[in-house]
Amino acid sequence: MNADHPMHGVAPEPGVRKPDPVLIATDLQRSFGGLQAVDVKHLEIQRHTVTSLIGPNGAGKTTLFNLLTGFDAPDHGEWHLNGGPLVGIAAFQVARRGMVRTFQLTRSLARLTVMDNMLVAAKDNKGEGLWGALTGGWHATEHANEERANELLERFGLEHMTDEFAGSLSGGQRKLLEMARALMMNPEVVMLDEPMAGVNPALTQSLLTHITGLRDGGKTVIFVEHDMDVVQEISDWVVVMAEGRVIAEGRPEEIAKNRTVIDAYLGEQHGEAAS
Amino acid sequence: MDWGSVFIDGILATIGPVTAAYAISAIGLNLQFGYAGLLNFGHVAFMLVGAYGMAITVDVGGPLWLGIIVGILVAAFLGFLLGLPTLRLRADYLAITTIAAAEAIRLVVRSSWAQPLTNGVFGIQGFADSFFDLNPFPPAELYGIGSLVVTGRKLWVMIVGWTIAALLTLLIRRLINSPWGRVLKAIREDEDATTSLGKNVFSYKLQALMIGGAIGGIAGMLLAIEQQNVTPDAYLPQVTFILYVIVILGGAGTILGPIVGAVVFQFLFFTIDALMVNTQANIGWVGDLLTPAAAGQVKLVLVGVGMMVLMVFRPQGILGSREEALIDER
Amino acid sequence: MSRRARFAWFWLAAITLVALSPVASFAAGESIGGKLIQTTGEDRVPIAGVTVIVLQDDVEIGRDDSDAEGAWEIPVPAAGIYEARLDTSTLPDGVGLTDPEKEELTDINVREGQSKKVIFPLGVGNASSTSSYERVGALFISGLKLGAIIALCAVGLSLVYGVTGLVNFAHAEMVTLGAVTAYFFHASPAGPQWPLIVATVPAVLVGAGFGWAQETGLWRPLRVRNTGLVAMMVVSIGLSFAMRHLILIFFGGEPRAYPDFAGQPPIEILGISVVPKNLITIGAALVVLAGVGLFLQRSRSGTAMRAVSDDSDLAESSGIDVNRIILITWMLAGGLAALGGIFFGLNEAVQWDMGFRLLLLIFAAVVLGGLGTAYGAMVGGFVVGIAVEMSTLFMPNELKTAVGLVVLIVILLVRPQGLFGTKERIG
Repeated sequence: MNADHPMHGVAPEPGVRKPDPVLIATDLQRSFGGLQAVDVKHLEIQRHTVTSLIGPNGAGKTTLFNLLTGFDAPDHGEWHLNGGPLVGIAAFQVARRGMVRTFQLTRSLARLTVMDNMLVAAKDNKGEGLWGALTGGWHATEHANEERANELLERFGLEHMTDEFAGSLSGGQRKLLEMARALMMNPEVVMLDEPMAGVNPALTQSLLTHITGLRDGGKTVIFVEHDMDVVQEISDWVVVMAEGRVIAEGRPEEIAKNRTVIDAYLGEQHGEAAS
Repeated sequence: MDWGSVFIDGILATIGPVTAAYAISAIGLNLQFGYAGLLNFGHVAFMLVGAYGMAITVDVGGPLWLGIIVGILVAAFLGFLLGLPTLRLRADYLAITTIAAAEAIRLVVRSSWAQPLTNGVFGIQGFADSFFDLNPFPPAELYGIGSLVVTGRKLWVMIVGWTIAALLTLLIRRLINSPWGRVLKAIREDEDATTSLGKNVFSYKLQALMIGGAIGGIAGMLLAIEQQNVTPDAYLPQVTFILYVIVILGGAGTILGPIVGAVVFQFLFFTIDALMVNTQANIGWVGDLLTPAAAGQVKLVLVGVGMMVLMVFRPQGILGSREEALIDER
Repeated sequence: MSRRARFAWFWLAAITLVALSPVASFAAGESIGGKLIQTTGEDRVPIAGVTVIVLQDDVEIGRDDSDAEGAWEIPVPAAGIYEARLDTSTLPDGVGLTDPEKEELTDINVREGQSKKVIFPLGVGNASSTSSYERVGALFISGLKLGAIIALCAVGLSLVYGVTGLVNFAHAEMVTLGAVTAYFFHASPAGPQWPLIVATVPAVLVGAGFGWAQETGLWRPLRVRNTGLVAMMVVSIGLSFAMRHLILIFFGGEPRAYPDFAGQPPIEILGISVVPKNLITIGAALVVLAGVGLFLQRSRSGTAMRAVSDDSDLAESSGIDVNRIILITWMLAGGLAALGGIFFGLNEAVQWDMGFRLLLLIFAAVVLGGLGTAYGAMVGGFVVGIAVEMSTLFMPNELKTAVGLVVLIVILLVRPQGLFGTKERIG
């Protein structure tokens, strides 16, 4: 890693500050009936990087995603996107402000066409308001959105499927659609929850290219992943969680050698499961 | 058995004002259930409050046009009240709450406590004179072809009713084919995914509930005007149930489904009823097994069974497409 | 035979069986009736919603509520001597008998084919003369009784929801079916006319059997076909509707009371006037509910039931036969609902839509306790019952069912998962 790399010089310690953080979370806690699912003292995500979030099952990664994006409310703590506080902000608002997430089990809008999937994601279409729908005048915006959607679909190789029902797409195609759809919103931060899950290994490489493409296009990407090879290949930074806490941070090669991380994973393999 | 007159009566029932009212109510329910996926099992309550809102306004001295506006607003407001606590929760909660609310509202309206306002079990009568004053057809004259005749009074209500049904259908079509409608359909598919795309799901569901409710209110008012009468016992849970059969039969989530469903259902309902009444009166062993009152119940049993069969074997109804059918994999 | 065809034959057979069962009815002819009109000065106002009971030798023959014109009529089985009693607790505020001593009319002689008319003169009512302690106490007992009934009915609904995720609207009809079946074995001229306590046994068995039939003939096939929960809920509403009107056909629209224990005189306990059958209802229900609790905690099936309720995939991979557990749950739910229905019929009357009328309160109880929890349903049942009855201390009697709705809405606003439920996770 050379001195130009944004994470150059950042110490591999959990909770370490970043030179230009887009997302900062402090003292974030969430427990479910006695079980502490998330307990993150401090976490910063560097802008324009690909950060992967790894950890054994039940480490709290999806819960953290839910908390950060407003799909769940923490018992305690605060977090900021570009300095703007997100405590108490509804999930749909968080998405509009620029932090968009996908789901572990792909949530394509199955009975809508691919194009409709994309168009729903477009922001600021006055036809989406009741008054706008009744009075009309949204057709120009709609055309503009369709053009943008076509561009994105082409980029993801889905342009020939625009009129198909999303439910008829293959698993891999649906992942791509979710990504394309998220991009319709022009997000700053894209949070992918296990983007490789259930995808044909042959498609993995192309998905990876798309993910790095997101970063190169000026987005910040956070993704949850289990496959260490994938993590090594594309991450600029790795955050490791176990039992709800961040136990390690660092560049991929540092994490691979990190004793604490190995113990956390080995512990799981030997049946001392992190609950 | 006079099949000819049964057939004529069947046609008259099918094109009559009651069917038009059911079609209108189904349009409202179709928006809520067919397009937004809301499990409103108390739709009859919207019809009730719409009708009573209008009747009470006239009863206390207001003009009918004001009563109609009040009826629409009250019905929309009921949607708001019901939606506020339930729409953020799972679908089952809305189902439970609406079915409970509809009965509770009916019981309250029926009670002697509410009598000063609603006249309790007796209901309110005679509030629609200004409507019938507008009738261009002489009320007692007969209009029609051959034996298919209706009075001028009924013809007026029919024309008004079906015109409203057509206009509302056009309104729904405009809404559904707009980006607003697309968001609604997305919500029906997957609320969390739609939320992650930056849409205020709660607000959309509330709008659908309120608009559908207001349309239900219009249907209730039409029925009340036709009979110049509102009583609480005309708004029983079985009305909601019949509306569901109509919506699903016609095709939930289609533009013309409510009207098609209402017409087909009414025809079947009426014909089966006429059949049962006739066989009970004329065929010995049927008459021994069933009293006339019981014979009248058979059609309702068949409606229940029909609904089950419909949901299992053809949930997309007449106009719906198989792919878009209401079987979800949840 | 294809699954579709089997499905259709099963239901054809079931409906035919039901259709061939004997119909209980009274012969047309003799009756006692009247019109309840309140006279204040020149005004004559018909009074609706008041219950009149006809008895013969202290055995209840029938009862009726006065309609919008104040008219009531109760058919009697033959010519003879009868008594008629006005249930003063159903009189609206401000209405009372002109002669409070005359709430029961005796020596009513009905001749062959006669519709005998009798009069209960009504005027302005007096304030109640019971002390507030007595009133509160009596209402509390009433609340416990209603709560016990609701709890019995609600547990089954909650358990079925827990193991299958289905809100079964036809649960109301399982309640009614229990009451009606008991009526058949107990009071119908076409039946064996056993004492009510004995008649309870076949009724509960029929209830459990119907639960078995529903699961085997309807819900399991639908689950196999991957039918969504929404569609199944609509199917359950259809089933509820069909059954309700089937019962209406075969039982008739008139409410009927169980002859056993009818018109029981109250006894005094701790200065409160209580009808013994209420105490028996409460006691028996508590015993049964405790039994259910023990079953859930101690027995293998009960524990398995709780496991499936928590996480059915996990339960299945632990070796639990989920389908068998679901079947047992349905049978338990059917039996409990039947029992609840019998108690409900004992304390009010047996009517074709009694289950549906109770459904609002059952839902309130289930939501209050937490959808899917058995103990929640029990506690919720009692709370709703007590709240509904005691609300009449400051609210008119007819509005008390609306209280159930208020409870429901408040819970949903404040704590939607109920007292014992757990919040849901997303993603």
